Amino acid sequence: MSFKRHVEIGRVCLISFGPDMDKLCTVVNVIDNNRVLVDGPEPVTGVHRHAINIGRLQLTDLKVKCKLNASEKELKAVWTSDGIMAKWEETSQGKKRKVRAMRASTNDFERFQIQVAKSKRSAIRKSK
Amino acid sequence: MHTTLGHAALRAPSAPHSLRSASMGKKASGALPTGQSQYQVVGRFVPNEKYSADSAMCKVYRMNLFARNNVVARSRFWYFMGKLCRVKKANGQIISINKIYEKSPLKVKNFGIWFRYDSRTGTHNAYKEIREMSLTAAINMMYMDMAGRSRAKSKAIQILKTAELKPEECKRADVKQFHSQSIRFPLPHRVAKIAKKYRTTFKAARPTTFC
Repeated sequence: MSFKRHVEIGRVCLISFGPDMDKLCTVVNVIDNNRVLVDGPEPVTGVHRHAINIGRLQLTDLKVKCKLNASEKELKAVWTSDGIMAKWEETSQGKKRKVRAMRASTNDFERFQIQVAKSKRSAIRKSK
Repeated sequence: MHTTLGHAALRAPSAPHSLRSASMGKKASGALPTGQSQYQVVGRFVPNEKYSADSAMCKVYRMNLFARNNVVARSRFWYFMGKLCRVKKANGQIISINKIYEKSPLKVKNFGIWFRYDSRTGTHNAYKEIREMSLTAAINMMYMDMAGRSRAKSKAIQILKTAELKPEECKRADVKQFHSQSIRFPLPHRVAKIAKKYRTTFKAARPTTFC
């Protein structure tokens, strides 16, 4: 079996642990076998340039065309021209996370509305 | 120790550096810094009746060294001064002590560190290459590496020289392998890191080892 995702320059990753959890970032340089230098870019994803342990990263299928040590400005240009954020939201992982975030942000009344809507749906299903 | 001996240019310590508190770590609230920092210590023999301020005895010395905090830095300064010339704490004075910060903390660099250490059987000179974002981070890495691999505690290690290396100047294969623009490696068999809140000792199901 060959691997589909690699740690490489320009790989888009999801941060799965720590203060920047659930945000996307781009690998800009590899420090050693455990750590990489990542940059959001900050204006797009909210992740500032910093070193991060690979254990905190989840590799995605997306890759950005960028140079070694690409600046935040260069990254931002590539991210916006390639529409990486839109591409991420198209992926199944991106969709799931969006739904989960929406569900988590519901208030009591909205949860009640969902309950009512669900019971209506199941009533329709049963009648068919 | 990373010494620059001779007449030091006596510049006033730059205010913003000395004003920054030592507890500038990630966690504030008075916790002592855990890692090594770089300090520049300037000191001299205090002029007396026998030796005037312009005599060779009262030369001003500048020393760059790595220490946990400025108290340790002062102590190490006197330790090395006593070895290098006839100046000790009782007859000398420290003119200034500054913490030195990394110029480009967001750039990945290769550092070469030359040092000597006492093993259980003797003293050895050694050289290590470390890829890091800052010199102090590289020094910390070296201390941990020496403690782990060679059982040498920080007290047994003296740093002789440090340098930032260009990729072509590096010797060690484990550092050189990261110099390629086309570096690429997979992450096989991983278990997702979960927030401490959600960790359990026993699991109902085996973890997914996605890649």
